[in-house]
Amino acid sequence: MGQLIYLKDVVTLKLDQKKCMGCGMCLLVCPHAVLGLTNGKVEIVGRDACMECGACVRNCPAEALQVRSGVGCAVAVINAMLGRKNSSCCCVIDLEEKSVDPCEGSTDESRASCC
Amino acid sequence: MHYTIDPGLYALGNPSKQSPVLVTANYKMSFDKLREALPGRDMWILVLDTKGINVWCASGKGTFGTAELVNRIESSGISQIVLHRELVLPQLSGPGVSAHHVKKLSGFKVIYGPVRATDLPTFLDNGFKATSEMRLKTFTTWERAELIPIELVGNLKAGMIVIPIFFLFTLLGKSGEGWTNTLGHGLFSILGMLTALLSGAVLTPLLLPWLPGRAFSVKGLSLGILFTIILSAFGWGDWITRTGRIEILAWLFLIPAVSAYLAMNFTGASTYTSLSGVRKEMRWALPIEVGAGMVGFILWFGAPYIA
Ligand code: SF4
Ligand code: SF4
Repeated sequence: MGQLIYLKDVVTLKLDQKKCMGCGMCLLVCPHAVLGLTNGKVEIVGRDACMECGACVRNCPAEALQVRSGVGCAVAVINAMLGRKNSSCCCVIDLEEKSVDPCEGSTDESRASCC
Repeated sequence: MHYTIDPGLYALGNPSKQSPVLVTANYKMSFDKLREALPGRDMWILVLDTKGINVWCASGKGTFGTAELVNRIESSGISQIVLHRELVLPQLSGPGVSAHHVKKLSGFKVIYGPVRATDLPTFLDNGFKATSEMRLKTFTTWERAELIPIELVGNLKAGMIVIPIFFLFTLLGKSGEGWTNTLGHGLFSILGMLTALLSGAVLTPLLLPWLPGRAFSVKGLSLGILFTIILSAFGWGDWITRTGRIEILAWLFLIPAVSAYLAMNFTGASTYTSLSGVRKEMRWALPIEVGAGMVGFILWFGAPYIA
């Protein structure tokens, strides 16, 4: 069975190929093989597979990559909309600049089972 | 606090000044999985303080991050204990850790290991090289099945409130029809709710790759509709009356709506949904789910009066 792919054409991943120096770090950290290296330059080869985790951005020494990172978790989005903090999901989402920690106040048990 | 272990440096077997240093979270299960994956090996394990949260969630939050790693390198005195300057980190800590910054701040080179701890022996024996399969975060049927109990517990808690409410409403609204009938309706509403739960929180996660659509709500919705049809075809003699038909219509709204909503909530547990995607899905799915749920409830409650 192939890779699971979520919605098409929604991902905020951006690559500035001019800045890329072909170190390959982004390829190592990406858990969904979104990026590929050809002739010393990185390319986005599987855009729709990107889950916006931000690992590539954080580990690119040339700042060639950009993404609005966050965790794709509906419960966290709902909790943020309702202004609630605790839920059994450990995801962090950055909603309007203020980061929400839905795990705060939850019990150890739900923390352990989160995500 | 039985899920956390103390942060700091641990020795696995009899490590030397040359032994590799692996880094993990202080969530007990992360630590145990790491240990179990490496029987009979001698190495150092540096445990970061992630507040008892697993590697992936902690790196998303930033607690498994550059700052904590650099501080822990310092406080553990690892630079006096080993001669080399390399750390093996789980690949999934990438969202929190910036390898080049760690190098600059601590002198240690971050090497990203495989996604799964079970691939570590091969990774170590291959000179710290992971194959492309080892770099992929999968979401296999088994991995999805393991998540179901967690989802169910949370949802059953909500169900404990919703189901008695339905039962109560049945007693209030339909008591005119005699006791056996009322009880029948009440039991059917419990069955309906459990069907929605089974469809959205158990079978949708399990059958995820094979259900139609990309949005989780669509997957949950289609399964919910299928189940409602099965449910109304079976053991429902009320097709004949007008009230009965309205009630079936009500369940045709209610079950798929709940199923779609529960399926949508599974995005958080899945390993491949992006925040942009979830936001896009929710923009149309949430109003439909809430709307259909309300229509269903009104039909269901009002059936005896409408007919
Ligand atoms: S954000 Fe994550 S999934 Fe997307 S390309 Fe970067 S590392 Fe890969
Ligand atoms: S990490 Fe940055 S510089 Fe290195 S290959 Fe990827 S995009 Fe290019």
